[in-house]
Amino acid sequence: MEKLTERQNSNESSLSSSVPSVVSPSCEDVIQDLNFTTVRKWKDQHPGAKAIGYFPVYAPLEIIHACGMLPVGLNGAGDQLDIQYADARFGSFICSIVKTTLEMGMTKHLTPFDGLLFSTICDSARNLAFVFKRNFPEQYVDFLHLPHNPSSEASVDFLMSEYARLQENLEQLGGTKLTDAALNESIELYNENRRLTRRLYDERDGNPQLMRTSELYALIRAGNFLPVEEHTKLLKQAVDELPTRAGKQRDSIRVVIEGSFCEQPPVDLIKIMEEAGCYIVDDDFVLGPRWFTKDVSVNGNPMRALADAYSNASVYSSMRHDWRNPRHKQLIEKARRRKADAVILLIAKFCEPAYFDYVLFKQELEKEGIPHLLMEFEEKMFTFERLRTEIETFVESLLFD
Amino acid sequence: MTTQTEYRSQLHHRQKELMVKWYERLNEAAETGEPPTVSMMISGNCVELLEGFSAVPIYPEVNALQLAIRHQSLEPILLAEELGYAADNCAYVKADIGAYLRGITPTGGKLPKPTLVLCNFVGCNTYLKWFEHVAEFTGAPLYTLDVPFMRYDEPTHADIEYVVKQLKELIKRLEDLTGRKFDYDRFKEAVRCSSEVENLWSRIKHLAKHSPSPFDAYFDAITLMGPLYVYRAKPEGVEFFEIALKELQEKVLNERDDGEREQFRVVIEGPPPYPHFRTFRDMFAKWNATAVASTYSTVGGLWEFGARHDPSTPFESVARHMLEHNVTNRNYLQRYDQIKKYVEDWNADGVIIHFVKSCRLFSAGQGDMRDYFTKTLGIPTLYIESDLEDPRYFSEAQLKNRIDAYFEALEHQKLSHRGIEERRN
Repeated sequence: MEKLTERQNSNESSLSSSVPSVVSPSCEDVIQDLNFTTVRKWKDQHPGAKAIGYFPVYAPLEIIHACGMLPVGLNGAGDQLDIQYADARFGSFICSIVKTTLEMGMTKHLTPFDGLLFSTICDSARNLAFVFKRNFPEQYVDFLHLPHNPSSEASVDFLMSEYARLQENLEQLGGTKLTDAALNESIELYNENRRLTRRLYDERDGNPQLMRTSELYALIRAGNFLPVEEHTKLLKQAVDELPTRAGKQRDSIRVVIEGSFCEQPPVDLIKIMEEAGCYIVDDDFVLGPRWFTKDVSVNGNPMRALADAYSNASVYSSMRHDWRNPRHKQLIEKARRRKADAVILLIAKFCEPAYFDYVLFKQELEKEGIPHLLMEFEEKMFTFERLRTEIETFVESLLFD
Repeated sequence: MTTQTEYRSQLHHRQKELMVKWYERLNEAAETGEPPTVSMMISGNCVELLEGFSAVPIYPEVNALQLAIRHQSLEPILLAEELGYAADNCAYVKADIGAYLRGITPTGGKLPKPTLVLCNFVGCNTYLKWFEHVAEFTGAPLYTLDVPFMRYDEPTHADIEYVVKQLKELIKRLEDLTGRKFDYDRFKEAVRCSSEVENLWSRIKHLAKHSPSPFDAYFDAITLMGPLYVYRAKPEGVEFFEIALKELQEKVLNERDDGEREQFRVVIEGPPPYPHFRTFRDMFAKWNATAVASTYSTVGGLWEFGARHDPSTPFESVARHMLEHNVTNRNYLQRYDQIKKYVEDWNADGVIIHFVKSCRLFSAGQGDMRDYFTKTLGIPTLYIESDLEDPRYFSEAQLKNRIDAYFEALEHQKLSHRGIEERRN
């Protein structure tokens, strides 16, 4: 990482020249690197070891890690790839990340990966998994069925069997056996990583001016690429550094962002939202690595602990269905907990799960009197004038209300 | 040359009677609270289990498609869009929710608040959302029966066990909600009825191997699908499919192959454009093209390759049906194989892929499917786009041009092949 050159960004100076940006510039480079330099470097350092790419949102990283492999979160290709092949495979009305992921495969950007993992997020992404299988018959491509009926006790047993199936496939791929001890160690590592992430969000909550969301975002998303041990160090550094930072308070509203759980908005769009006067105090960007609301137990059968955590201690998300505590209720709880002035529903174009959830989110937000704004983006967009105007008008209407 | 399609026969008459009777039962439930009703998804449904409670299924998809075919879908779609549904959300959902909120039903009768909203999740993620919304708007309780997607060609032991456990939870839930005890014998009898209906339906499907086929396995199959969903597990279903099989068998016997009525045999993939059903059908009728097989007609169940419900293991066989014997829970490559088998065994000239904007389950990746059929297999394949419910996404002139161009090319190919053979002889 140290070798990566720092990127100058024209937006940074106008925002907060007083904030020392220790982790962000290099993290921004990491997350935009379609050559997966950090993954190649890790493989060079660990001869023979495998890297597994997973499509958003969630994957059991601990199992991959405990098999001695590097789990890497795929997040599309932003605006860096011209689509030459994928449009012909996926046609109209399909979101960008499905196409850019396939395009990355067809343009050999995914060669550092020894396996690709998909799961039950939506119909397009599921079909993508099988299109990958056909077009890359030599590649290990797996599809995990993450259960949609967490209220059933049977869902934990089922998910355990699904994880056991994954374990078997990974063991075959890597040639090593996974042990309970190794899995518990991995769970510990990821627990620590998630704990630090939660702490960073909570501590920043009182003083959001201390760390810009664009910086926090790059830091969290870098966790998709880096080995967990290395990423945890960066998180520690950020948590330690936070109280020592100086940041000027700005005239901003406190905002919760919802809807960008899979395809990611361009970093520049996040910066524009901040410039327009938003303190983004919570969001659902890059949920996978921060999936659990509390530590996963390490006292007992670790597979059961992971499966149980998925059913009973997951963050809510549009790709997860749990009517015991519906998502629209949880969004309100989150907005209240963060003392948010407003919720921005930031939805990727053609993301059907987010479109559907918008209806009940909107209804509930209106019932609760919480102002909200719907914004649609595509990862590949690079002009933001219309969205800038929308967000500025929205913020002004609240600031001068 | 016939360009207009006619609908008249005993089976059409009986089909109408059965569907009217079903809507009357639902109206009765709305008026009196009896019988209990359960909302379900068509694909991979477990209607046999409902029989154990004498409960009647509600199929939101059937309501939605009935609205579309009667040209009544736009108004509820627009109402749903005012509520916040996106232009790119599944229009089945929008029509169903909009119609519910405005009190529109396909027949003008009443639809009941379901005793239970049962989301039998078989691959369609939209259904998870749809049924949550139905539960939210109607205030009815929701149970999501999670069916593992087919990652492999066969379900795993854990898959079957998981579904069976949930079926038993569902029974408990329905016992609590209806105050009725589950009638196991009736359930078993329902499973037996289903296996008979499946056998009859499968035999009907195989009649399309004759040339000319006695029916169109896409457009006519849709007429048969209503009773298939609603009455599969009942004696009325068995009786209906006996009539249908007999009628179509007679047609095979009485019709001579003059090479005129059926000039092209195609396989159709994807749901039809219900708001323009007749117009679309006539685009094929103009060319005397018959669909000899279709994937859409296997949404309710995929039985033409031998699978059946089995009364000797009723729970497991219902679970297997939900897992592997319906097209929506099968993976994309299994669908490629299914179409390939149709082309080979039903002796088809080509494949028509109909992309519908509403349904990503069917449509996402159909460009890859076209690539497979044209480039890997060398089968003439046409790819067209419209929608199954939203009348605004139907470009008649464009579709007509593309369909005409496709059959012109096929005709040319046939003529030149014939020419070559004649010269050889």
